[in-house]
Order: sequence, then C-alpha cells, then structure tokens
Amino acid sequence: MASENGCGLCKIKVDNIGVKKGGEVLLSAVSFHLHCGELTALIGVNGAGKTTLVKSILGEIHHEGTVSYESHDGEKINNITIGYVPQHLDFDRSAPISVEDFLLVGRTNSPVCFFKNKKIKKEVDNALGMVGCKDLKHRKLGSLSGGELQRVMLANALYPLPELLLLDEPVSGVDAAGSEKFYEVIKDLKQNYHMAIAMVSHDLGIVRDFADNVVLINKSVLKSGNARSVFNSPEFKSSFYSLAEGEAE
Amino acid sequence: MNLIYDLLSSALPFSWADYIFMVNAFIAVLLIAPLMGILGTMAVNNKMAFFSDALGHSAFTGIALGVLLGIKNEMISLVAFGVFLALIITRVKNKGNTSSDTVISVFSSTSIAVGLLVLSYGGSFSKYSSYLVGDILSVTETEILSLFITLIVVIIIWSLIYNKLLVISVNRELAASRGIKTAVYENIFVIVVAVVVMMSIKWVGILLINSLLILPAAAARNIAKNSRQYLLSSVIISIVCGVSGLLISFYGDTSAGATIVTVSAVVFFTTYIFRKNK
Repeated sequence: MASENGCGLCKIKVDNIGVKKGGEVLLSAVSFHLHCGELTALIGVNGAGKTTLVKSILGEIHHEGTVSYESHDGEKINNITIGYVPQHLDFDRSAPISVEDFLLVGRTNSPVCFFKNKKIKKEVDNALGMVGCKDLKHRKLGSLSGGELQRVMLANALYPLPELLLLDEPVSGVDAAGSEKFYEVIKDLKQNYHMAIAMVSHDLGIVRDFADNVVLINKSVLKSGNARSVFNSPEFKSSFYSLAEGEAE
Repeated sequence: MNLIYDLLSSALPFSWADYIFMVNAFIAVLLIAPLMGILGTMAVNNKMAFFSDALGHSAFTGIALGVLLGIKNEMISLVAFGVFLALIITRVKNKGNTSSDTVISVFSSTSIAVGLLVLSYGGSFSKYSSYLVGDILSVTETEILSLFITLIVVIIIWSLIYNKLLVISVNRELAASRGIKTAVYENIFVIVVAVVVMMSIKWVGILLINSLLILPAAAARNIAKNSRQYLLSSVIISIVCGVSGLLISFYGDTSAGATIVTVSAVVFFTTYIFRKNK
C-alpha cells in the first residue's frame, strides 16, 4: 500500500521479537513491517501481548529480535527515534506546569524557570500547531481535558521528529469529539510528515476507518494485511468471536 | 564582611541593625530563604514533604554519630548521615514493595530513637536540645560564607538538572521513555536537599526545618500557573516570610524560627483561601 507522498519505500522492520518471562512465553517470533506514511494498527485480545510488544519496541524490556529502520535507498539504522504516546498519563493535576513548560523541558536543557530560548519556543509553537493546540500554550497541564492532554502528549512525542510514532490506546477514556480530533491530527501527521505510525487499539471501528494495515497478535502474529482482509479472516473470528459479531461487521 | 556591615547599617536605619548578631541573622535568612524556596518547589512537586521531615529528624542520629566517632565538627557527620539516609530512603522507596510513607516513617522514627538514645547517654541530652528549635542569632561570619557558597552551588546544580527534574515530576515512566536517567537525577536532588537541610538545621531547628522547605512552595503552588511563576513566588514568599519573621521575633522577643514558620503558615492559608475563591 503506497502512500500519496511517495515515501512508501522506507520502512521499520520489527524482526523476530520474542519475550520470555519466568519460563512463560509472552511473545514469540513477532515480525512485521511498518511503512512510512502508513498507520498500522496492532490488535489482539487482552493478554495477547500488545503491551509487551510496545515495551519491546521501546526497548524498555529485555527481548529477542531487533527493530530497525531502512530508508528508501537501503540504508539501515538500528537505533531509531520513537515518539511514544502513553495510554494514560498519570500525573499531579495541581502541579504548576504550563503546556509550554512541559514541551520546552523535553526540548532543551536550559532551565525553563530562568529563561526560555526564542528559537525553541518557536519550535514548541509549531509542534502545538501541528496537533491543533496553539491556544493551549499557557494553560496549566492539569487543566486540560483528556483529548487535549493526549494531543499535547503527541506534540511532545514529535520531538525529536520520530521515525516511528507509537501510540498505545491513545484515546481510551477520551470523549467522542476529543477522540475524533485526535485521529484527524494523526491522519494529518501520517500524510504530511512521512511518519510510520503504530497504534495499539481496542476500538475496531477506528481501526477499520483509519488503519492502512492491521496486525493481529496473540503471542505471535496471527494475521496481517489491510483491515478488511484481517477482519474477514478465520484467525480474527476465532480471536474476537464475541466482539466480531457486534463491532467489526 | 566589614564592608557589608557598613553598607547594611547605613541602608537599614533601624535599631535592630545596630546589633551584629541581628545583621548576621538577617544575612543568613537572606541566604537560607532562597535555598529553601528553590528546593521546596521540587520537593513539593515530587511529594517529598514527609521525606524531608524524616531527613530533618535524622539530624539526631547525625549528631550522635559525630559524638560516637569523635568528630569535632558535627556538621560533617550531620551532612554525611543526611546524604546517606536520603539515598537509602529514595532507593527503598523506588523498589516499591512497601508503601513509601511506611518506609519513610520507619526510617524517621528509627533515626530519632537511635539519635536520642546515644545523645541521652549519661543524661547529657540538654547539651543538644538547642538543635530542636535552632538559633539563627548564633550564626557566625564563616557560617554565612559557607551558606553563600552553598547557595551559589545549589543554583548551578539546579540550573543543570531543573528540566529533567520537571519531566520526572510529571511522570517517571514518561521521563524514562525519553531517555532520562531518573534515578541519577533524583539522587542528585535528594543529596542537595540533604546537604542544605543539614547545613541549616543548626539555625532553624529540627522541628521547624521542614516547614521552611515546604510552606513557601506550597503557598506558591496555590497561586502559580507555570514553573517560572512557581519558582519566583516560592523564593519571594520564602524571603519575605524569613525577613519579616526575623524582625517580628526581634521586636516581640520570640523564637526566630518559630516566628518565621508562623508567618509562612499565615501566607500559606491566605493563598489557599485566595485559590479557593478563584
């Protein structure tokens, strides 16, 4: 599936990921490719190992296999930059930190309580523009709605500009309007910034509407392809038997 | 130093400025207050109020250790034990098996008990009771100089680690996912807090040191919307409360530390009501 921007050639190779914990196999031989300018949804039942896979890709847990980046001219990079948006950020909502502070501290070492670098302030403005949050700059981080907070987290994940944007159920618990706005931004990023996006999601409706590729996981890859072919596969039906009747059809 | 005295006595045409000990105390407050105001912001952000309380109480054991080991300058054993305890508590807390307030409480009560046990041996505790409430009027020129150097060093370290600490204070996992070595920065911060708390305890007192660290930042939090306002208002509140508390104590003939903390508490409750009305 080539994307409009012609950058469908570069890809991220998730190769043979395996994770064992205390003798139990959590993931084995998970391999798939993530293409630039495409959104790949990672789906699976609870306990299928989606979170373990996310942690492996982030390098937070010990795993077999590799995650590497291959550019359109075949150049290979093993240490890729990943922008990560967690499912739910647990933080002290009364803390006096503005949205601008939060994004600045991720981008510079010069202490934001003393001075703010103009150039980096501009970068933050741009990042907020990219996620449609320009007017939130001076708001307290704790005063944002769930959807606004996730878009700010997205702006945070966009620096340094990642080869892979990894979203772990980014809008679970966010209201419908907030969730729609979030996916609009994702769609825009995908088309305009050549980014490979991987998203763990439970919402099969969203997966059907937004994902270019779907990877169905249960310990290993059961099925991958476009949403239609995965949703119609026997592997999908046996995994999501009860759900398949209600949501996917 | 004489130059500073001359300057201050001409700049401050008040009767209290005629007393050298008051001028010394005044300068010491001007140094301790910003130290507490700065460090307090992060201590409150990271929910360390109980931790710093335990740290203050551990001063008993610090002094006791100095006595046992025959160290003349008790500041050395105080600071060394404070740093040691701060690192241990942080480590045990991050292991995360027991709830952190239980861990801190265990360390706090143990270090009070052991300290009192050693210091009270042979009925000689009264010698050390001045540490309970402290005496800022006893501060000497050399001690002022060491406080000044501490303030400079703390500001430098603070500038270097501030952004990382702020990310960690929002969410540790998020900080770790962005490649920040959370344990390293956290340890640097608790070491700095331990050193500053232990250096100030002689003048502020074991019972009150924590209020000085926590109250200005807690008050600032009621009114600040971003990190710059937070730091600035914390430092300003700390200095204003410190100076006015010292002067009130001079004219009212009360304990300086207690008066400073009382003024800080009034400021805290005022800002708290102000916040509620917003």
